[in-house]
Amino acid sequence: MSAGARKALVHRRAPEFVRSDLAGATIDLRRYRGKVVLLNFWATWCAPCQVEMPRFAEWQRRYAGDGLQVIAISMDDDVAPVRQFARDGQFDFPVVMGDENLGTLYGGILGLPITYLIARDGKVTARFAGETDLHGLEQRILELLAEH
Amino acid sequence: MQRLSMVRLIYCFFAMAFAGLCVASTGYAQFSGGAISPSSAFSIPDAQLIQVDALRPLLRSGGAGMPLVLQVGSHVMFAQAHIAGALYAGPGSQAGGLQLLESKVSMVPKGKPIVLYCGCCPWNHCPNVGPAYKKLRDLGFTNVKVLYLANNFGDDWVSKGYSVEQGN
Repeated sequence: MSAGARKALVHRRAPEFVRSDLAGATIDLRRYRGKVVLLNFWATWCAPCQVEMPRFAEWQRRYAGDGLQVIAISMDDDVAPVRQFARDGQFDFPVVMGDENLGTLYGGILGLPITYLIARDGKVTARFAGETDLHGLEQRILELLAEH
Repeated sequence: MQRLSMVRLIYCFFAMAFAGLCVASTGYAQFSGGAISPSSAFSIPDAQLIQVDALRPLLRSGGAGMPLVLQVGSHVMFAQAHIAGALYAGPGSQAGGLQLLESKVSMVPKGKPIVLYCGCCPWNHCPNVGPAYKKLRDLGFTNVKVLYLANNFGDDWVSKGYSVEQGN
């Protein structure tokens, strides 16, 4: 739960998980090996998240063909607002309800938003916390997409 | 000399005009900025904020001066880690959360020191502490402070190694 625990994830294999998304589909992180995964922890009440999510949706549409996969982990306490938010945003990526176990698995999600970039080999390459420079994040994604 | 006086007069005129513009623009900013929303963390008076370094010794002190600490944010985050001894009483941004808060303090004396905190996201975006603080003030509690967490609970408390508990 320390800063060390969170930093320890970078350059290591992303912790695996299997969850169901809002549509009931099984989301197994292992199945996205070979793709660049943007794993975002967010919540409907988080103002910076509200800014990010539409951009992530745009990137999903734009870069899906190049191998980008956005997976959004909601840290909301209730699913109803998440369903509404996802519906309104017309997200083309899985939205999964997170919990304390998944949060702890990823070093403790104790502030939002938090985004992990996972390379095609399944390793975490970067962690972004708080209000992020989205241009910089997009550039990192493009660099990872260019790696094969 | 006459020409110099004219130059000075013209200079003074423009200087005053410029100063007037500055005052006017400032005034406009003050009037056009609008009132602070009661749901904003900025609605909490500075005098009612408590810094991390001021709270920690209070928590160690024990006794009558020890505050009741209430987390008024996300329960998922509370369960991962919260200030040792804190109770969950949120989220402050929702009616149900404010009802929970009210129930948690229903038997608490109105003068009891209470510290609220959230740390869900950067302070300037927190939707929870403002309404929670207002609720307690409206209920008549006179000794309420809010823990100022500039970034989030993880960075401003947990990462520094301060005492936490996990679970419900």
